Amino acid sequence: MIASRLPRALHPVAWWAWAIALATAASRTSNPLLLALIFAVLGLAVTTRRGSAPWARGYRFYLMLALTVIAVRVLFRVVFESPVAPGEVILFWLPQLPMPSWYSGIQIGGAVSLQAVLSASLDGMRLACMLCCVGAANTLANPKRALRVLPGALYELGVAVTVALSVAPQLVESVQRVRRARRLRGAAGRGVRALRAIAIPVLHDALDRSLLLAASMDTRGYGRTSAATPANRRLTAALLLAGLAGLCLGGYGLLGAGLPGGAGAAAFAAGAAACVAGLALGSRRVSRSRYRPDPWGWPEWVVTGCGVAGAVVFCLGTGYNPAALNPGVYPLRWPALPPLPVAALALSVLAVLAAPPPTPAATRALAAAPVPRGGRPQPIPSAEP
Amino acid sequence: MISFDHVGVRYDGAREPVLRDIDLEIDEGELCLVVGRTGSGKSTLLAAINGLVPYFTGGTLTGRVITGGRDTAAFRPRELADVVGLVGQDPAAGFVTDTVDEELAYTMEQLAVDPLAMRARLEETLDLLGIAGLRDRPLRALSGGQQQRVAIGAALTAHPRVLVLDEPTSALDPVSAEDVLAAITRLVHDLGVTVVLAEHRLERVLPYADRLVWLAGDGTAVSGAPAQVLRSADVRPPVVEIGRLAGWDPLPLSVRDARRLAAPLRARLPAAPPVPGHVSRAGAGPVLTARGVVVRYGPLIAVAGADLALLPGEITALMGRNGSGKSSLLWALQGTGERAGGTVSAGPSGQDPARLSPAQARRLVGLVPQIPTDLLYLDTVAAELAQADRDARHEAARPGQRRTAREILDAIAPDVPPDAHPRDLSAGQQLSLVLAIQLAAAPAVMLLDEPTRGLDYHAKAGLAGALDLLADAGHAIVIATHDVEFAARSCDRVVVLADGEIVSDGPSATVLTASPAFAPQAAKVLAPLPYLTAAQVAAALEPAPAS
Repeated sequence: MIASRLPRALHPVAWWAWAIALATAASRTSNPLLLALIFAVLGLAVTTRRGSAPWARGYRFYLMLALTVIAVRVLFRVVFESPVAPGEVILFWLPQLPMPSWYSGIQIGGAVSLQAVLSASLDGMRLACMLCCVGAANTLANPKRALRVLPGALYELGVAVTVALSVAPQLVESVQRVRRARRLRGAAGRGVRALRAIAIPVLHDALDRSLLLAASMDTRGYGRTSAATPANRRLTAALLLAGLAGLCLGGYGLLGAGLPGGAGAAAFAAGAAACVAGLALGSRRVSRSRYRPDPWGWPEWVVTGCGVAGAVVFCLGTGYNPAALNPGVYPLRWPALPPLPVAALALSVLAVLAAPPPTPAATRALAAAPVPRGGRPQPIPSAEP
Repeated sequence: MISFDHVGVRYDGAREPVLRDIDLEIDEGELCLVVGRTGSGKSTLLAAINGLVPYFTGGTLTGRVITGGRDTAAFRPRELADVVGLVGQDPAAGFVTDTVDEELAYTMEQLAVDPLAMRARLEETLDLLGIAGLRDRPLRALSGGQQQRVAIGAALTAHPRVLVLDEPTSALDPVSAEDVLAAITRLVHDLGVTVVLAEHRLERVLPYADRLVWLAGDGTAVSGAPAQVLRSADVRPPVVEIGRLAGWDPLPLSVRDARRLAAPLRARLPAAPPVPGHVSRAGAGPVLTARGVVVRYGPLIAVAGADLALLPGEITALMGRNGSGKSSLLWALQGTGERAGGTVSAGPSGQDPARLSPAQARRLVGLVPQIPTDLLYLDTVAAELAQADRDARHEAARPGQRRTAREILDAIAPDVPPDAHPRDLSAGQQLSLVLAIQLAAAPAVMLLDEPTRGLDYHAKAGLAGALDLLADAGHAIVIATHDVEFAARSCDRVVVLADGEIVSDGPSATVLTASPAFAPQAAKVLAPLPYLTAAQVAAALEPAPAS
């Protein structure tokens, strides 16, 4: 077996690139067959390549969210009437709610056609599919490890996010503990007093914890910036600020019509260059090393490459009939399955197979479990009566 | 390695300095033990070693602290990270990452250690502390003892020459505490790391200490060989106390030393102690009866069918390792915690507290939780006490039997200032305050979940006195505790839980001496004589004339 195919976690950036590429593909199509194929690819990736960490168990919630999105979309289309075109199949009639004449833009109730329901559910399906792509990326790649690829200059930002992520569950735990303890005092008081009795101990707890954490981080060398001079720091800040301004201006120019097209693009490019320079300069002053950086081997290239190739096929629309991506519901007929996009999705499946299997953390954790309950000698043997 | 030159520390707004005029030299490779009462400045002294005092805490430091040749006036804590590793009381609060190996690597990453060296060091550290099996596990899933060892490991991977530990075993059961201390002594002996350690439970560490620093409480410190310093210090483990009573010189520091000197003493002592370890005040007729109590959390069974009857005036110690179900049993008895099976009946009419409203349940059974401050939310002690009286108001109160929270607090801890903020009180005072609040409802049964953690010898003596007062008043008391010495001195009965089952239940003299490994020190020194405490030895020696 080749070393890079041994069980390990794939580089988080590779998974994110793959998932974003799939989401891009999904955004270009409303062909239910293609969308269903994308769902299938995601399902395959999640079931075969996710680890056993807590964050890898969240895909269910994304699926439920996706179903909700489709349901809400269809519900709105059914409740708010849209004009019925000739030739549409009427499914049923809803009682119509009379609206005042000055509010005639929206009609509630009325005819519900098959075409309307279908196009709404296809729209919802597309949105749901993109959501699931993000969910799959979150499930496949540890979000905290993904933050570690930030350039050195943004390291502090990454740490802040990591700490915030771990504080939230602590806060929940502490609220539960205080609420339980409050019952010991008779749980007296309602409303503001009850809120106070819970909030004050919890906030005290949170503040104490954050002070301890800050002291611990300081003790352990966080923020040792050995080679930074004040001038260097100021130059970095100026470059980043100018870069951001350039990006904003360029974005405005490219998207709106306020600036001549060339100026917008130039501002965008200059801003990007300034940002990169600022980040590079900022990263140079940081002296820090990284424990077990995620390797970028050929599986990472394959995963990223296959994903991007798929997205390109969907975006370009050459080599097949681009209308097949969006078959439409007029006239109502079974959508065709264009061969090239299907091949592109097959590439994505190949990417999943190329990715190394996840580390069997479950079995490892079992083997590493502490002395089993009851395995230790009893502290005090039972006294004979 | 570490030198304090006329060091004084005064926090902003404080009337008195915490430390004054401290002169101290700690040599390379020493294990230095810092002792003193709560509030005597132990943590301040430790944090001054790497400059957290005053850079992080504020306040003014006078004099000079030099650690590993670097003056803390010129180097900030982060710049001393390669010289000093510091581990706090609550290791979980200092964790930055979320798995064991990332946590161990964190300091090395900050110090820009070469990635290859980093991996090698990490493996060494895992082996040294015996945590190799935990490397992939999330930090939050570890037990207290494992977390503490990971925190020590995280400090060690940077190869510091000084390791500072602030009460590393205060929250641990005796076995986990033993593991951590064994790891620490191994560091001193195998790697020559200089270790500075603050610890309340002296008896565990004293045999290994090369130097003892005693903070007298007025800001000054006495430093020297342990046996010398302990002659004058006001904190003494039982083995030293027995040594003083018997007049041994040099003072024994370990059970082994004492045992070798103890033969003549054993001959002198009467075969049965003249006084019991604790004078029982138990009455007749149980005030709480529990049968077959089962507590389960999903697949995990925390309490597996416990039977317990509590007598009025009886003080019961509930012992057992971390996770053996002590807290779950107490919460289930009180009625607020989950109970999957069994019956609990409390009070004269035999009611089940779980079926009553919280306000009614606490009139039958009171509980002081492990973190007593969870119950406090007002600005002053007086306001908390007044609120407690309002909460406890009920028609059924017999006039004359009810006392106000203030009266109760004055009886058990007279020195708590009424206008202080509850969060500013010492751990012992906070415990007394919460105890008084809970007692204002006049419950017949009082349960305390690990009240002894973080208390020094004096605070423990204060707690023991308060418990005696409550027992006199006819309360049945249960304390969950890891502290064998405390159980020997202040409990009539010991109940031991293991894996949710009661494995032994009997008078403390019987249960605590049944196994030598977990007996109090006095019992270890004087076995086979059934002595439990140094006070019993003192009482036995008293009538004999000194001649």
